[in-house]
Amino acid sequence: MALKLPIYLDHNATTPLDKRVLEAMMPYLTTDFGNAASRNHAFGWKAEAAVENAREQTAGLIGATAKDIVFTSGATESNNLAIKGAAEMYREKGNHIITDLIEHKAVIDPCKRLEQAGFQVTWLKPDRFGVVSAEQVAEAVTDKTILISIMAANNEIGTLNPVAAIGAVAKQRGVLFHCDATQAVGKIPMDVEAMGIDLMSLSAHKIYGPKGIGCLYVRRKGPRVRLTCQMDGGGHERGMRSGTLNVPGIVGLGAACVICRCEMADEAPRLTGLRDRLHQTIAAGLDYVFLNGHPTQRLPNTVNLSFAYVEGEALMMKMKDVAVSSGSACTSASLEPSYVLRAIGVSDELAHSSIRFGVGRFTTGEEVDYAAAAVVRGVNELRELSPLYEQARENRRSQAKA
Amino acid sequence: MPYSDKVMDHFTNPRNVGSLDKNALDVGTGIVGAPECGDVMKLQIQVDSDGRIVDAKFKTFGCGSAIAASSLATEWLKGRTVQQATELRNSDIANELSLPPVKIHCSVLAEDAVKAAIEDWKRKNARSDASTGQMEETKRT
Repeated sequence: MALKLPIYLDHNATTPLDKRVLEAMMPYLTTDFGNAASRNHAFGWKAEAAVENAREQTAGLIGATAKDIVFTSGATESNNLAIKGAAEMYREKGNHIITDLIEHKAVIDPCKRLEQAGFQVTWLKPDRFGVVSAEQVAEAVTDKTILISIMAANNEIGTLNPVAAIGAVAKQRGVLFHCDATQAVGKIPMDVEAMGIDLMSLSAHKIYGPKGIGCLYVRRKGPRVRLTCQMDGGGHERGMRSGTLNVPGIVGLGAACVICRCEMADEAPRLTGLRDRLHQTIAAGLDYVFLNGHPTQRLPNTVNLSFAYVEGEALMMKMKDVAVSSGSACTSASLEPSYVLRAIGVSDELAHSSIRFGVGRFTTGEEVDYAAAAVVRGVNELRELSPLYEQARENRRSQAKA
Repeated sequence: MPYSDKVMDHFTNPRNVGSLDKNALDVGTGIVGAPECGDVMKLQIQVDSDGRIVDAKFKTFGCGSAIAASSLATEWLKGRTVQQATELRNSDIANELSLPPVKIHCSVLAEDAVKAAIEDWKRKNARSDASTGQMEETKRT
């Protein structure tokens, strides 16, 4: 089969909709359009039944019960609801929150807002692989701590945190544990009971579902978690999130979760194989390639590499048939390179040279090989242009002489 | 970010990539920017005895527009006098390449590189006035 271009290797940004998910959604986009809150006719009943079925399906992927699931517009809203909602609800109990420096902006910015509102936030610094340890969390807990918010997997480098160990610390100290599991859900097993998670954010569009839908898991037992709602209105979702339910989206999220639950065991090793094939092929063809993130404790689909002496955006332009992301400042509105890479101690120079690759459900070995070849070619071409590479070669020569 | 055709053209087929002998007296070298900021430009000019730029080369670590800006600058420099080269403005480069506002600094860097190369050439040749013999020596080799 001929290779179809461009090739999509940016699955940490978003994923294509799985056709099976679309099929499940179609009736709710067309004939079964009812409002799930309409209690007095068949249209409403059908929509409500679909929503409750999807609630079961979603809960099933993360070891929760259906009633613990609060549907939202996505992980950003879930993170805002969890963090601000818990902070406001438990303010009497304490004003201290623990998080870390490489969370997604949808966790960092709500925490910063709370800081402005008088909360104390401890920003833990991860190790050089991007791991936040349970010991670090334990040391930071005070009698004023009301919330710990640590992600399951980092979106830029894919590093996995010891979520169960952090959950155990939270339990032991009687502090609520929120986990942004947006990148981890569907790729690695997540279980809110086994991991001691009280609040967990996830999003459908990262797991081959539609955009604009996600959920927040809110523990109802042991302990019962209460949140101040961030959206006032009709009292939907146990009063925690008002607004007419996005029925087709919710059905899509449920269907996407079922597929992940059934296929994760096969899909994860396949993704790991493709990821490592990409990494190894690139590393075999180039010198000065550095892995950002943990060598083994990492999402099965993610590899973030820095190509010294080459700027990330320029490299992406060289391989325009391959869709990836870069931590270079040139790809963002700000002039700063990736704050995640900086926080784990990657130099600014190498942060500007970083590319994130994320393989996905429909990625083929052929696509990976094409992408690896494009990277090698692009890096070589740009290094011929690079005064820094020229200098590095001269230095190496003079060192060899000495 | 969608780039103009001219940026893509210079990025895909950069003109005058390479290095001149930075120790030669008729060569001026400008290196500007910093790796930690994501842009480093090395721009070199070779100037004949009439003060005319007979060759220009560059190497750039940076994004697509930084590469395009330096490529365009070398193209413009060739055949001009040093005096004309000092009049090159970053806005000329930015306009020619239709750079978006966030990329204007790439054209500023190119102007700085040109100026630095001219300064280097002037410095070398001011010094060589006192030792013309040595300059002739270098030229022959």
